[in-house]
Amino acid sequence: MSDGPAEVTYRDALNQALREEMQRDDGVFLMGEDIGRFDGAFKVTRGLLDEFGEQRVVDTPITEAGFTGLGIGAAMAGLRPVIEIMTVNFALVAMDQIVSNASKIHYMFGGQATVPMVIRMPGGAGHQLSAQHSHSLEAMFTHVPGLKVVVPATPEDAKGLLKTAIRDDDPVIFLESEGLYGKKGPVGGEDDLVPFGQAVVRRPGRDCTVIAHSRMVWVALAAAEDLAAQGIDVEVIDPRTFRPLDLDTLAESVRRTSRAVVVDEGWPECGIAAGVATHLYEACFDWLDAPIARVNSADVPMPYARNLEQAAIPQASDVVAAVHAALGREAGA
Amino acid sequence: MTHTAPAAQPDHDGMRAMFRAMTLIRRFEERASDEYMAGRIGGFLHLAIGEEAAIVGTVSALRPDDPLTSTYREHGQALARGSDPRAIMAELLGRATGLCGGRGGSMHLMDRDRSFYGGYGIVGGAVPLALGLAWATRYRGGDQVSVTMFGEGAANQGVVSECFNMAGLWDLPIVFLILNNQYGMGTPVERAAAAEDFYPRAAAYDIESWKVDGMDVLAVRGAVAEAARLARDERRPACVELLAYRYRGHSMSDPDTVRATEEKERWRARDPLVTFERVLLGEGIMDAEAIAAMQAEIDDVVADAAAFAEESPEVPADQLARGVYAQPWNDDARGSALVRP
Repeated sequence: MSDGPAEVTYRDALNQALREEMQRDDGVFLMGEDIGRFDGAFKVTRGLLDEFGEQRVVDTPITEAGFTGLGIGAAMAGLRPVIEIMTVNFALVAMDQIVSNASKIHYMFGGQATVPMVIRMPGGAGHQLSAQHSHSLEAMFTHVPGLKVVVPATPEDAKGLLKTAIRDDDPVIFLESEGLYGKKGPVGGEDDLVPFGQAVVRRPGRDCTVIAHSRMVWVALAAAEDLAAQGIDVEVIDPRTFRPLDLDTLAESVRRTSRAVVVDEGWPECGIAAGVATHLYEACFDWLDAPIARVNSADVPMPYARNLEQAAIPQASDVVAAVHAALGREAGA
Repeated sequence: MTHTAPAAQPDHDGMRAMFRAMTLIRRFEERASDEYMAGRIGGFLHLAIGEEAAIVGTVSALRPDDPLTSTYREHGQALARGSDPRAIMAELLGRATGLCGGRGGSMHLMDRDRSFYGGYGIVGGAVPLALGLAWATRYRGGDQVSVTMFGEGAANQGVVSECFNMAGLWDLPIVFLILNNQYGMGTPVERAAAAEDFYPRAAAYDIESWKVDGMDVLAVRGAVAEAARLARDERRPACVELLAYRYRGHSMSDPDTVRATEEKERWRARDPLVTFERVLLGEGIMDAEAIAAMQAEIDDVVADAAAFAEESPEVPADQLARGVYAQPWNDDARGSALVRP
């Protein structure tokens, strides 16, 4: 008997969620580019074609707007499509379907139709894929009422949140991170769902609150280790979903530490960090001892050159510097 | 509940019902125009006057459970499907009693109980939804046919070609109806399309396609019945181009000064209501007296719908954020991404 739960990768955690939900509900089907015979560009759907057949694991032409819209229509008819867009970058081609149709249909038609679908897609930078293949578009989706936006950081959350997403009656934008597919950790069982709208404290601390999601959670935790060595004890909180957003957990922490840093792999202008910081200002202004610091990707299209790319993406050292700023310290002091 | 697909050629009762539906659409649209001019309807108002044969010919050829989608010019589809004219007019006036509770307005009618899956405002944007409805039918082993009406302007949108491709590739039970009214807002087809005909575009994706006179309600019915038969019985998608003409501008805000008077008069001479009335009279299916009685009855229906809408209450303000989500996390009247304790 093992002394703890088996560790699986983020990729396999997602695969487990898909398999279990497809076994549970025959209205769940998968559709996307190269998800069947090719097992998916990131192998998340490995083995599912063999188990569930071509009716439920559907390879599509390269036609993101078309098959995303198809998924919306199938959802309106009561099926539960899980659409894989190979990467979030290609979601821009399908944005009209996501924003004009998926997010609006329930409200616009007075509740006569629901869109119980999941759109899964990985994003993020770090593999020298340059400007068109390195987006973090959380802010774009979170901007839109009618969508739910989910950003798992761990295998456990990847599985539990995807199961919740598939069972949810609204369109869910499920943003995975290309940089996390190989990350290992424990996962829950068949009935362990992770609810939307519940942030989680990844590391307790008292000096400063660091809010980070998806791959940035791990960057923030690495920064927290460096800071601990300097005698600075930060609390790292992962919102896990941006629609809905559990502001209470974030604000409770900030009221305790009086300082906050928000880390976000997206661009700074009107971004996730900007939005979260605004909520915190509204909720915690009187408790703050310093301006909220933001750590974002540089305000540039992602460059190809490795050194420039690394300079553009938030690093643990950037988080350390932001925490120092929030604490009113010079870097390295 | 099982349904039988309508015959390609209607019987006399069917023809009378089609004429009534066409007349209802015409009179309803005229009244909607008046309501708009009186300031009681806001936003855009796209009238289907002139397109009654295309609409009624289509709907009369379908089973009531065949999912239907349309554009923002869709009052006629809802009326032809049997939606309550009161609820439609109330929706146009933005009232609580509207078909969509005042959330959609003229461009976004839906009547799910009648398998009318809605009017959509982005040109071409609803076509993939219709493909998804067809997908769901096949997934469940049903025998419904998904029918989507869109304009020749939408046929120039990339996503429509994507849908032709997937429908042809997967043999989905869908009928694409290209209602070619010859203008995308004010731009005539010859200034927007490389080729005169649109139906060959679907044919390029291995979809059986042809063109009919969209001003002739019986020709439309026959063509759509055949297209639906292909999709239902032979499990093949089909596409029909309906050549028609709208008598009003693109919307109420279009004064329609671009199109030549001579052209408009030429098409008015082929008014689908006038020509179909001639058929009914000529074949003795209705006499002048019966037609007058029917028109009077419809005038009453439309007047009643308008009165109902005008007397209906506004949508309560505390309903603003109701229904953004099917599974909401909040009971926040203003709407918010934040979880409230």
